[in-house]
Amino acid sequence: MARRQKKINEKSAIRNRRVKHFFTYLYMVILAIIIIYPLLITVSSAFKQGNVQSFTLDFNSKWTLINFKRLFTETLYGTWYKNTVIIAFFTMLIQVAVITLAGYVYSRYRFIGRRFSLMFFIIIQMVPTMAALTAFYVMANMLNALDHYWFLTLIYIGGGIPMNTWLMKGYFDSVPYDLDESAKLDGAGNFRVFWQIVLPLVKPMIAVQALWAFMGPFGDYIMSKFLLRSDEHLTVAVGLQQFITNTRDQQVVLFAAGAILIALPISILFFYLQKYFTSGLLSGSTKG
Amino acid sequence: MTDPQKQDPRKAKLLSIIPGLGQFYNHQVLKGSIFLVLFLAFVAELALAGVRQIVNLITLGSTPMMDNSLFMMIEGTLQILVLVVAIILYAANIYDAGNIAKQANEGKQPSTSLVQMIKNIGDGGFPYLFSIPAYFLMLFIIVFPVLVTLFIAFSNYDFLHVPPAHLLDWVGFKNFTSLFFLSSYRQTFNAVFGWTIIWTVVATTLQLFLGIFTAIVANQDFIKFKRAFGVIFLLPWAVPAFISIMSFSNIFNDSAGAINVQVIPFFNKILPFLHMSLPAWKTDPFWTKIAIIMIQGWLGFPYIYVMVTGILQAIPEDLYEAATLDGASAIQKFNHITAPTIFTVAAPIFITQYTGNFNNFSMIYLFNSGGPGDVGGGAGGTDILISWIYKLTTGQSPQYSIAAAVTLLISVIVIGVSMIVFKKTGAFDLGDD
Repeated sequence: MARRQKKINEKSAIRNRRVKHFFTYLYMVILAIIIIYPLLITVSSAFKQGNVQSFTLDFNSKWTLINFKRLFTETLYGTWYKNTVIIAFFTMLIQVAVITLAGYVYSRYRFIGRRFSLMFFIIIQMVPTMAALTAFYVMANMLNALDHYWFLTLIYIGGGIPMNTWLMKGYFDSVPYDLDESAKLDGAGNFRVFWQIVLPLVKPMIAVQALWAFMGPFGDYIMSKFLLRSDEHLTVAVGLQQFITNTRDQQVVLFAAGAILIALPISILFFYLQKYFTSGLLSGSTKG
Repeated sequence: MTDPQKQDPRKAKLLSIIPGLGQFYNHQVLKGSIFLVLFLAFVAELALAGVRQIVNLITLGSTPMMDNSLFMMIEGTLQILVLVVAIILYAANIYDAGNIAKQANEGKQPSTSLVQMIKNIGDGGFPYLFSIPAYFLMLFIIVFPVLVTLFIAFSNYDFLHVPPAHLLDWVGFKNFTSLFFLSSYRQTFNAVFGWTIIWTVVATTLQLFLGIFTAIVANQDFIKFKRAFGVIFLLPWAVPAFISIMSFSNIFNDSAGAINVQVIPFFNKILPFLHMSLPAWKTDPFWTKIAIIMIQGWLGFPYIYVMVTGILQAIPEDLYEAATLDGASAIQKFNHITAPTIFTVAAPIFITQYTGNFNNFSMIYLFNSGGPGDVGGGAGGTDILISWIYKLTTGQSPQYSIAAAVTLLISVIVIGVSMIVFKKTGAFDLGDD
């Protein structure tokens, strides 16, 4: 009797497991389809011929590279791309340098004003940069900075500092203190400890931060739309939108082609650096 | 060998009421001179421009075309920042004078030469030196503009009052009272604010739920192709958001988009009893709202998924084994081990998701420009506060001061909520105790 009961239990356990496996895979496959489908539509549209109106997944039409060629010959896309890369490069360079220095001292030193300023970082980080839109506009007017990159770049840099300093500090915290203690005992100065001992150990986080800082200007729409005026000074986000907002002359295929040329390199970098994301982010945001 | 001269810290501090004198008293001529020169420079600046700028900030000018109220506001704000920095330096000067005097009494030689001073800066001043760039940038790119916004919110800066042709005036809380009491603005504000809250709560909760659920499902041991699924699930995060949103904007096009042309007809074909009609995604505010909430779930869940996966993998296996031995069911294990761990570790991240969506301009504006429809005050049917601010500032008849007032409200809400949660979850524990 007991044995039979056990057998039934085993059977139902196996069945339960099968059901569980089935629904697990079903969920994951459906989710994967929902993710891939819209992306695939954009990718396939980039290779469609002529000025199609519909934005659907359809492999029947002939594949062509003409859209990419048109992008660089008939539109300002190349210029926009170059503008964005320039802005993104300087944003990355300056922001990463600044937050690495600040994150380091907040992690390693106890100094007057530290607690207060860390609080200040958390609070100021919550104010969205674009909340000061009106002020930026007035400032840009006064400084004659409308349509100039330096002002926009500075805004990108400043906006990312509080949050990223905080994350950077968290990552520095995860580097064992014994290392710099022993280096200091050996007579290494402050700067040498930073440059030769600790800095090499946080390279992964610096890479992640660099990627984010670089991606920022690519992803931003509002600031560049607001502060850049002439067509040939735009960044890609604003430029690309022109292809789809102009209702009389919608160019979805050009949009799709332009989108791919942005998404591809950024996604590749993203996956290349992805393994550093979890650890860095979690330690940064929770350890404080 | 003479005894080190007895230095009186109080006397040093008192002398430093005029910056530098206390340092002279401590025999630090160079440092004293630097403080003195900085002090004199500040006094000169104040006399030549500062006082006038502060006065201008209060009056905002008297003759149109001659006085530009806006520039006065900005210069006055800048002067306030200069004042604050000067006060901090002044306090540092007094502290330094007393401190050095005390150290001298303890037998520590004050550094008097340039070389020694540089060395000292290298030691004690190192943290300040390294964080100054961050401060400087934040001061001018965040604090300063926020202050200017604050001032604008209390002025009457709009399309009827554009300096230098017109002067601006301080109007006190008028902008805030019109938001809450003036019928036209109140209606818009209530409509936009209501939708902002719904949007924030529903969209963020959806993305948190999807992220946590997917992490738990995809983290089971038996799953094959984990790596491939992992890559796919990360795609929405890897692709820049504005590209995805613009693509979705096309995909949800009423007449030519994939959803209405391909997806819904497909389901109607395989499940004929459904009789799904084609929603007006871009022309009916209700359906636009549904669409952007779904899209935000799509866009936002991978980040949560990655976080939670990291947390799940860090939970020690023996915890579950012990629970199993004690006869705990899967649901009990989730309720007592998995869920508490996730929420304690990731609570601050979850909150930033809520505040992020509260100000998620791109999603609203790039999908359908805040439209369709019109709820007055220049706001569309799906505008949230931040996109309304954008429209108030960039529209045909800009309402800068109202926009600034809304901005302040947003900031107060976001900061308030985050502070409460951060305090509760101990994110303010800065690790120096």
